[in-house]
Amino acid sequence: MTDLPPDRLPWTGHVSRIREARDQDAFAELFQHFAPRVKAFLMKSGADATLAEECTQDVMATIWHKAHLFDPTRASVATWIFTVARNRRIDMLRRQRRPEPEDLPWGPEAEPDQEDALGLQQDCDHLRRAMGDLPQAQRDLIERAYFRDMSHREIATATGLPLGTIKSRIRLALDRLRHAMNTV
Amino acid sequence: MSNEIRHHLTDEILMAYSAGSLNEAFSLMVASHVSLCDECRARLASFDAIGGALLDEAPTDTAALAPDSLQATMARIAAGPAQPARPRRRPGVLPAPLQDYVNGDVDKIRWRAVGMGVKQAILKTAPGATARLLYIPAGAAMPDHGHRGMEMTMVLQGAFSDDDDRFARGDVEIADEELHHTPVADISEDCICLAVTDAPLRFNSLLPRLAQPFLRI
Repeated sequence: MTDLPPDRLPWTGHVSRIREARDQDAFAELFQHFAPRVKAFLMKSGADATLAEECTQDVMATIWHKAHLFDPTRASVATWIFTVARNRRIDMLRRQRRPEPEDLPWGPEAEPDQEDALGLQQDCDHLRRAMGDLPQAQRDLIERAYFRDMSHREIATATGLPLGTIKSRIRLALDRLRHAMNTV
Repeated sequence: MSNEIRHHLTDEILMAYSAGSLNEAFSLMVASHVSLCDECRARLASFDAIGGALLDEAPTDTAALAPDSLQATMARIAAGPAQPARPRRRPGVLPAPLQDYVNGDVDKIRWRAVGMGVKQAILKTAPGATARLLYIPAGAAMPDHGHRGMEMTMVLQGAFSDDDDRFARGDVEIADEELHHTPVADISEDCICLAVTDAPLRFNSLLPRLAQPFLRI
């Protein structure tokens, strides 16, 4: 994967360099981009600055240690880091186990196929644009669901919106995203 | 392997699992189903991608890192990985997430009789919802019951039929307050299911209701 132009597969080259060469410069760049985002994510979920800082360091250390499990045909680097941060948040806020599906989800069996990785990255870019185009009210609800650790019912209490409205807005948002992804 | 699964997880449940807001018992249901269902695995990947897009776009102005953040992280890295690798699935009926809870496959399940040949094993999860394995002998019926909350049932072995549908390995039945149902196991094989409820089941005949507090159904 290392010979691809970096702009076509953002951050994938960095993860390869961490995996193959224990490259601290690559890690520092990845850290500079993602660590503040992970910290903001954890603070929005209710962690104070100290706890969020500690968990962020933990998440980024996990990224280093699990670099060999990253599979660019299954997720973008941003998605992979999101899942690691989300799992750390569940542990931090609730101290509950997080059952995960079998088959190490990021474990490539062989060298990942570049075409597949590029296709997946195009989907991710497309999804990001489609999310940018969502009406603000719909995007807000999705953000609350993902970033504030809130169930639909909790969002209803927090926003004063009826539960049915929240469910239908989220459904509308998902329909729009699906539609956008089907008209590439 | 999953071509025949006809009853899948809803968007709402998959999104809540991806966002991390499902409790442990329902997360176990999602992880178990996704282990058997390629379609829902792909849908889950899309929901994770939404999380990734939100993370990538997140404004960071409110969360400045500590000045020594990178150095402290490098020190953590030097100290070695914290968690051991996730165990892979051993051969058997149960998908890996369930094998983790049972410490093995079907032969390790510690069944307790509920009556009429039906057995159950309650799995140890955090409060808020209950996960249990159910064993229904071939051709037998689960006691008729309604629900106060939501109940999700996934078939692991055999099959059962409800009033108007049939559920086989990997299929998930989702029932809410409105549904009173009497699942009946197929005659050909004993049926094993994973059932998750967020409120106690409510049985409609007198005897199971008396027994309910004792059985924790």
